[in-house]
Amino acid sequence: MNKTVNQKAWFLVLPVFLFVAFNAIIPLMTVVNYSVQETFGNNIFSWSGVQWFQDTLQSDRFHASLGRQLMFTAIILAIEIPLGLAIALAMPRKGPWVSVCLVLMALPLLIPWNVVGSMWNVFALPEIGLMGRGLNALGFDFNYTRQPGDAWFTIVLMDVWHWTSLVVLLCYAGLVAIPNDYYQAAKIDGASAWAVFRFIQLPKLKRVLTIAILLRFMDSFMIYTEVQVLTGGGPGSSTTFLSIDLFKVALGQFDLGPAGAMSIIYFLIILAMSWVFYTLMMRNEAK
Amino acid sequence: MRKRSIVPIVYILFLMLPIYWLVTMSFKTTNEILGGFTPWPQSFTLDNYRKIFNDPTWYMGYVASIEYVAINTVLSVAVALPAAYAFSRYRFLGDKHMFFWLLTNRMAPAAVFALPFYQLYSAVGLFDTPWAVALSHTLFNIPLAVWILEGFMSGVPKELDETAYVDGYSFPRFFIKIFIPTIAAGIGVACFFCFMFSWVEMLLAKTLTAVAAKPIAALMTKTASTSGYELGLLAAAGTLTLIPGAVVIYFVRNYIAKGFALGRV
Repeated sequence: MNKTVNQKAWFLVLPVFLFVAFNAIIPLMTVVNYSVQETFGNNIFSWSGVQWFQDTLQSDRFHASLGRQLMFTAIILAIEIPLGLAIALAMPRKGPWVSVCLVLMALPLLIPWNVVGSMWNVFALPEIGLMGRGLNALGFDFNYTRQPGDAWFTIVLMDVWHWTSLVVLLCYAGLVAIPNDYYQAAKIDGASAWAVFRFIQLPKLKRVLTIAILLRFMDSFMIYTEVQVLTGGGPGSSTTFLSIDLFKVALGQFDLGPAGAMSIIYFLIILAMSWVFYTLMMRNEAK
Repeated sequence: MRKRSIVPIVYILFLMLPIYWLVTMSFKTTNEILGGFTPWPQSFTLDNYRKIFNDPTWYMGYVASIEYVAINTVLSVAVALPAAYAFSRYRFLGDKHMFFWLLTNRMAPAAVFALPFYQLYSAVGLFDTPWAVALSHTLFNIPLAVWILEGFMSGVPKELDETAYVDGYSFPRFFIKIFIPTIAAGIGVACFFCFMFSWVEMLLAKTLTAVAAKPIAALMTKTASTSGYELGLLAAAGTLTLIPGAVVIYFVRNYIAKGFALGRV
């Protein structure tokens, strides 16, 4: 749509700007403030420059939680995106079952995040939970409160349970939007199912897939509540992702300087990655 | 076609399993839960639910949750409407940067904001009120609402606006009488998403409340720690938090996907 230039449109945006500025800029300034100062309590602060940033960037603890975070995000993207796409492709396009499918699939998305955590916490308990008990009955030695591998497995499974539907819904919306003519043309040409997918469906789904990856990237990178409730970052620190670590530093130990520096580095990483996805998305849109 | 429908069925079964476990647990006694493994309630009981509905600290948690979610939804959509119109119709200084800046707030990790928000809302005297939570959730809900509404509004041809102005409508009258009814579906979807993200977010909601405005889901942590490990009660409270979500999904089921695509499918 061609838009007219109108500077007065700023007045329409102003309320949004004020709200978001109040909520975003003031707290961010607080964080920046902490990140460059040293404090010994009693509200006495002294300038410490980039000390905290250096410390954080060189600390093994930060590297470890960043590594875990990247690994987690990579794993769940690698599972959820293809799985969501496959489920969307297999879903019926019309009929009474579509609504039922959509409502049931969307259900996990509307459960408060700490309920998701506690739900999986009891579901996976080795003695009394359906999943934990079931896995042990099948001969696996499963105990997510003791074995780091099992804790990872449970967290990844929980996230797949929680968020794959988002990918399904997006892909499904994209698939329904493809006009029937494309499929008919493919049929006349005698295209195989793979060719239909590769040359019709996949290109048409590019935009929704970019949105799905963007959203899943951002949200998995910020994950806190579910993991905190499920494992509390343990056993040991094997599932301490960035947010959990940050929370431990900020509110657990009240190390405001390091917490501030860590917050800013954390936020910048998300910002940079999201900017890449956003640019890709907007480029698609321009075409 | 038959064979393919196995995939969604298996997936839905997988989704339902943990939910089934939560719901059955809510009908069990704590002794039965801790005593061993039973696939369904042996001694069916409604005690857990009775306890919740008879104890004001529990059911007021629901009221608090609904309160801040409602305030947040109304506020976010109301301020997002004119802004989304501006983004969809006009070009102005810094519009693209502003649009991306809004999105960055959707990316802000709640863990980063928790402590500064606590200080900010304590300083302005809103701590432990539904307003603090509602306002803090506008951080990510206003950008989301702007994005969704902009997507829907861009689908409305500009001729609609122009005809109305030619017919002598003023901007506010056009906006309320003609434009809002035209994008009613989009507003519904935006409301749904504001509801959803305010309802599921817990980190800020928990940090910004103490007693009076504690959301229901955060009360669950309390049961787990103070009064022993009352799993039945926990499960009942969890089950009750599923209901509002299920109800609203039903109303927007045909638009959910479009909303998730930020109105851009």
